[in-house]
Amino acid sequence: MSERIVVDPITRIEGHLRIEAQMEGGVIQQAYSSGTMVRGIETIVRGRDPRDAWAFVQRICGVCTLVHGLAGVRAAEDALNYEIPPNAQLIRNLMIGAQYVHDHVMHFYHLHALDWVDLVSSLSADPKATSELAQSISSYPRSSPGYFADVQKRLKGFVEAGQLGIFANGYWGHPAYKLPPEANLMAVAHYLDALAWQRDVVTLHAIFGGKNPHPNMVVGGMPCAISLESGAQAGTALDVIGLEIVRNVITKMRDFVDQVYVPDTLAIAGYYKDWFKIGEGVGNFMCYGDFPAKGFGDPATYLVPGGVILNRDLSHIEPVDLHNEDEIQEFVSRAWYDYKDGKDVGLHPYKGETSFAFTGPEPPYDLLNVDQEYSWLKSPRWRGKPVEVGPLARVLMLYTTGHEQTKALVDSTLQTLDLPIDALYSTMGRTAARTLETKVMVDAMDGWYAQLLANIRGGDTRTFNDALWDPKTWPRKAQGVGHMEAPRGALAHWMVIEDGKIANYQAVVPSTWNAGPRDAQNQRGPYEAALEGQTLHDPEQPIEILRTIHSFDPCIACAVHLTDPQGEEILRVKVQ
Amino acid sequence: MTRQSTLGALLRSQGVSRRAFLKFCTTTASVMALPASLIPVMADALEQAQRQSVIWLSFQECTGCTEALTRSHAPTLEGLIFDFISLDYHHTLQAASGRAAEAAREEAMREHAGKYLLLVDGSIPTVKAYSTIAGISNLDMLKDSAVNAAAIIAVGTCAAYGGLPMAAPNPTSAVPVSDLITDKPIINIPGCPPLPLAITGVIAHYLTLGTLPALDALDRPLAFFGENIHDRCYRRPFYDRGLFAETFDDAGARKGWCLYKLGCKGPVAYNACAHVKWNQGVSFPIQSGHGCIGCSEPGFWDSAGIYESIADGQFGTGPKLASAAVVGAVAGAGAALLARGKKEKKAAAHAANE
Repeated sequence: MSERIVVDPITRIEGHLRIEAQMEGGVIQQAYSSGTMVRGIETIVRGRDPRDAWAFVQRICGVCTLVHGLAGVRAAEDALNYEIPPNAQLIRNLMIGAQYVHDHVMHFYHLHALDWVDLVSSLSADPKATSELAQSISSYPRSSPGYFADVQKRLKGFVEAGQLGIFANGYWGHPAYKLPPEANLMAVAHYLDALAWQRDVVTLHAIFGGKNPHPNMVVGGMPCAISLESGAQAGTALDVIGLEIVRNVITKMRDFVDQVYVPDTLAIAGYYKDWFKIGEGVGNFMCYGDFPAKGFGDPATYLVPGGVILNRDLSHIEPVDLHNEDEIQEFVSRAWYDYKDGKDVGLHPYKGETSFAFTGPEPPYDLLNVDQEYSWLKSPRWRGKPVEVGPLARVLMLYTTGHEQTKALVDSTLQTLDLPIDALYSTMGRTAARTLETKVMVDAMDGWYAQLLANIRGGDTRTFNDALWDPKTWPRKAQGVGHMEAPRGALAHWMVIEDGKIANYQAVVPSTWNAGPRDAQNQRGPYEAALEGQTLHDPEQPIEILRTIHSFDPCIACAVHLTDPQGEEILRVKVQ
Repeated sequence: MTRQSTLGALLRSQGVSRRAFLKFCTTTASVMALPASLIPVMADALEQAQRQSVIWLSFQECTGCTEALTRSHAPTLEGLIFDFISLDYHHTLQAASGRAAEAAREEAMREHAGKYLLLVDGSIPTVKAYSTIAGISNLDMLKDSAVNAAAIIAVGTCAAYGGLPMAAPNPTSAVPVSDLITDKPIINIPGCPPLPLAITGVIAHYLTLGTLPALDALDRPLAFFGENIHDRCYRRPFYDRGLFAETFDDAGARKGWCLYKLGCKGPVAYNACAHVKWNQGVSFPIQSGHGCIGCSEPGFWDSAGIYESIADGQFGTGPKLASAAVVGAVAGAGAALLARGKKEKKAAAHAANE
């Protein structure tokens, strides 16, 4: 029997995502991914000062806060050929690195874990056995029987009081949960630990950017002057104490990654090895590259290289050119937008258009018209092909380009779990890749910090270049693209400047690559492809859908934020 | 499911002592600038209560406000959700998805009718199709959820004043909560995002006293928004002496001189960043070298460029910006003026917004 199931809202993500799945005999035949919220930030930055754009576009997302701001800063810098001092580059690397570690750990524990961890089962765990389990996989100090007994007592009190709050109506007891009670209790304890940990480590962003979420930045460098005036009255937060806080944070990050995040991932993955065969996606992967050792204009020194892997072929990497109008294009054939030259053309972001053309059902509705347009996300394609971006793409890229640490991490993980390399192309492979790249990143942060200190000791405290700050120094027309590897994948913003103002702005973001709808050729986006063919144990409790979708770490406010009206806004909806 | 337990019983069962309990009340009182004599009253009231049901709706938002909530260290998010509130609906944090998630919201609205707190982040597009959850427009979901709410807290500048989605040209016809709901008490906690302590402080105040804190003319709690950044800024002495950073990395910038010439909006921004500070108190925007962007004020995205100084020629001979009137008018913010006044009610607030 054919039936449609709907999961909306998909929770434990950023933003508003809806999945509709056409089922046949318990198997997903067709999946449809829909972004259901739009704001229009690109329209809002038009006509504004290119130096201001970062603050607006940073608000695309408060989870991967920083990354859109930085892409906006880099877009202006690329357009103006604006060089930044080495310290500013290092500080940006440190801030992006910290964002990865913070974001990936929170994703694992607070967004993804409850797909694998049964909270209710943890109530029946033996704290002593839990302690033995924890100590067998890690040297993390918070692992005594008493510690787990305390956590369990707290949970029991919570559950017995009858108000389950955020844990209400979870799919507890679902047969797809495979962890023994002790592993569940250990994971729940670390869920709580990670909440406290993240508050501490985010102070790195506050030192450099003044606050988090939404730290500050500036075109031409970083705003945080290094203040080495001695005495109690240092001028800025980036003084000797601030530098020491940063060093402590890096240590604290590494300890948690090494002692909690990596061992927990391996332990949990060991119980879910079947999920290394499910949820691949489209088999194409793309990175733009990031983390320069020298200048941003020197991609050869990037820690993560750019490139495209097609059809799982790790022996060949296609180069990516963000300026080439034949490479990256966005399609709107199945999205709620129109293009001047018809819905089936693809547009490069420099020439991007977005005019609303909602053709869906008037809310409240039960089902979308999935045979027509069904999302506020566009469908970006690289040379016409859907590609996956994110941790799995980066780990594959690092692995195949011979990054030694990545190779060692991947090989030992696969060996521990007794899995072939192809196991990476899966739901759990994606989740494991996120953990492994976090380890690479936290170790790289040490090097950037050491270099920053060495520069300061050597007398170079420059953080900002004011040479091109004054708009009078700019050409009348300029355009540029600011790219980065955001935690969720390849991100780029395209900016066109005319007479000192923004004439056009387009962002093509990781979750649009991954969560976008079908295109004119009916090619599925990665979410859609990853869900098709999956069997649901109980369509009323579609935990399998959550597992695969969460493995991508959706960020839907990022993915849907457009509207760039080259023409008139076209409204086909009733204004209330 | 039984719902008999009081908070006091729950906390005792978890080994939380009355002393720890009082500490929570003391923290709340100090954060909200309440007299110490209220502390035992707060503790007694709280001990009798069930955990407060909270429904959090996310509309045109970026999740930065939720992220800010997770950064709160007094009280912590885990302390709040395990011990003091029942966060019955919250997209980013809740276990349940889809139908099960919506059922949790409906159940909380039914069981705690007239008692639950409704928290909202994000603006609301008046064109229904621009934002839906479970096929329901944000507009309908807000109205439906507000009917039986005890009070509404608009978290963040988008929910409070329209924020970024409402910035020109407001492509989605976005509005703040207060444009749509007029028959419920609404507290605005603006900021992009707000200070975590402002969010948890207001919740704690409501939990412990069952009342809303004192508000300014823009419906912001005075405890956090009663003073401007400039008056509390550690760089204020440099301003008074006419010492300014001219660019982001000159000698003045390194010495912590005033950022007025780099566009700091501290004098027109009413918020507690300069003294409460961010992220365990390690810094706040100005301390890390960037001017305040004035994110707690209505219409701040459109009022001036980020690096545009708020008034020309006011410096060099002393503290000329002490009068908020001059600054507010020049900056076009206007809101700063009203914030100082007594509650003049929404008409004024919205006039300032437009």
